[in-house]
Amino acid sequence: MATLFETRKLGLPLMNLIRLEGLPILKQLHLEEELFRTSKDNWCIINDGTDDPTIVMGISGKPAELLDIKPVLHDEIPVIRRFTGGGTVIVDPGTIFATFICNKEAVPGLQPYPRPIMSWSSLIYEQVFQGIGNFRLCENDYAFGDRKFGGNAQSITKRRWIHHTSFLWDYDARNMSYLRLPKRAPEYRMARDHMEFICRLKDYLPRSTFINKTVEALGTHFSLESVVYEADKDPSAIKFMPTTRQLTREELEEALSATDLENCPAQYASL
Amino acid sequence: MASRLMWASRAAFHLRISVFNRGFATVLKDLKYSDSHEWAKVEGGSVTVGITDHAQDHLGDVVYVELPEVGSSVTQGSSFGAVESVKATSDLNSPVSGKIVEVNEELSSSPGLVNSSPFENGWIIKVELSDSGEVGKLMDSERYSKFCEEEDAAH
Repeated sequence: MATLFETRKLGLPLMNLIRLEGLPILKQLHLEEELFRTSKDNWCIINDGTDDPTIVMGISGKPAELLDIKPVLHDEIPVIRRFTGGGTVIVDPGTIFATFICNKEAVPGLQPYPRPIMSWSSLIYEQVFQGIGNFRLCENDYAFGDRKFGGNAQSITKRRWIHHTSFLWDYDARNMSYLRLPKRAPEYRMARDHMEFICRLKDYLPRSTFINKTVEALGTHFSLESVVYEADKDPSAIKFMPTTRQLTREELEEALSATDLENCPAQYASL
Repeated sequence: MASRLMWASRAAFHLRISVFNRGFATVLKDLKYSDSHEWAKVEGGSVTVGITDHAQDHLGDVVYVELPEVGSSVTQGSSFGAVESVKATSDLNSPVSGKIVEVNEELSSSPGLVNSSPFENGWIIKVELSDSGEVGKLMDSERYSKFCEEEDAAH
């Protein structure tokens, strides 16, 4: 990977910065998982939009609980289970992704547990949104007031942690209908449906301004070094096997059948 | 030190939480402990493993436990599974090396046992020990208590 430029600041830990545009979310997650598990460096990955609408569930996500599977199957929407925790999102070209991958020591005094990490990352975004909207970390979501515009998730190992966020720059309301109201929802959601619960970041600041301000805010904590990502590696050179994967059609159909059986046991009793 | 307290205090103000954790976590005398906050109960050649009260308190409500397969191998200090809490997966690291002979299947339907009963009903795996010498590398209860105090004081 070639270095484009360096902005080395004395005393700040080094962080590699990868800026992408429209990378498919599965490739992004595979890249993140590989860097998280195999690299010893700190990384920031920004992906400005992804390609086709894709559903991304957390590690423990169950399609039957989280998705309206029939239209998902009918419309052939890909469903991915990622390696981090957290909830379900549907991402598309209107989603902006920002990921921080850090060694434990990268942030002095930061305990490698979920809440401290999220507190620290919210301070970065506070810098980004200073004077814009009523930004706050609302029960682990990034929100303006009580309207969520960014969902995040994390993974923590002995020596490293990753915090990644999908920001709703814009979204297609029709896509939200693939997602069910989750059983585990933050209290501030108050059973609101998606349209009443979320908001669009584009109503607050220009797209490039958001991305640049995020890089700028990060630059006050790290010495950033831009790095070029080679998207199409030779498959024989790939040594790391990620756990993030796309669910098969069969798995989704099985989840749908199990749901139907649960909802209409009498219909199946005579079979 | 000043910068650590500064961002922690700012974050705490916004989150409306106390900067300092709750009082001292429970530490059981007869167990051994790793520096990644797992406990080990050694009974002859068999070791039961779980996470400590300190760990479960810092992690928050556990909503999912990724259990390993019975029969798989574990290595001291390496990951064997994960727990999910507060939108984060956190690795579980084995305090000993050996073969997994049992997993706590209860955790699949009741992951909260890790929080409510970290040393008893929230046990995670049982390991057939391959190297008893490794137990000597773990901390006893007194050393582990001090380790937790030092870790919390440093942050």
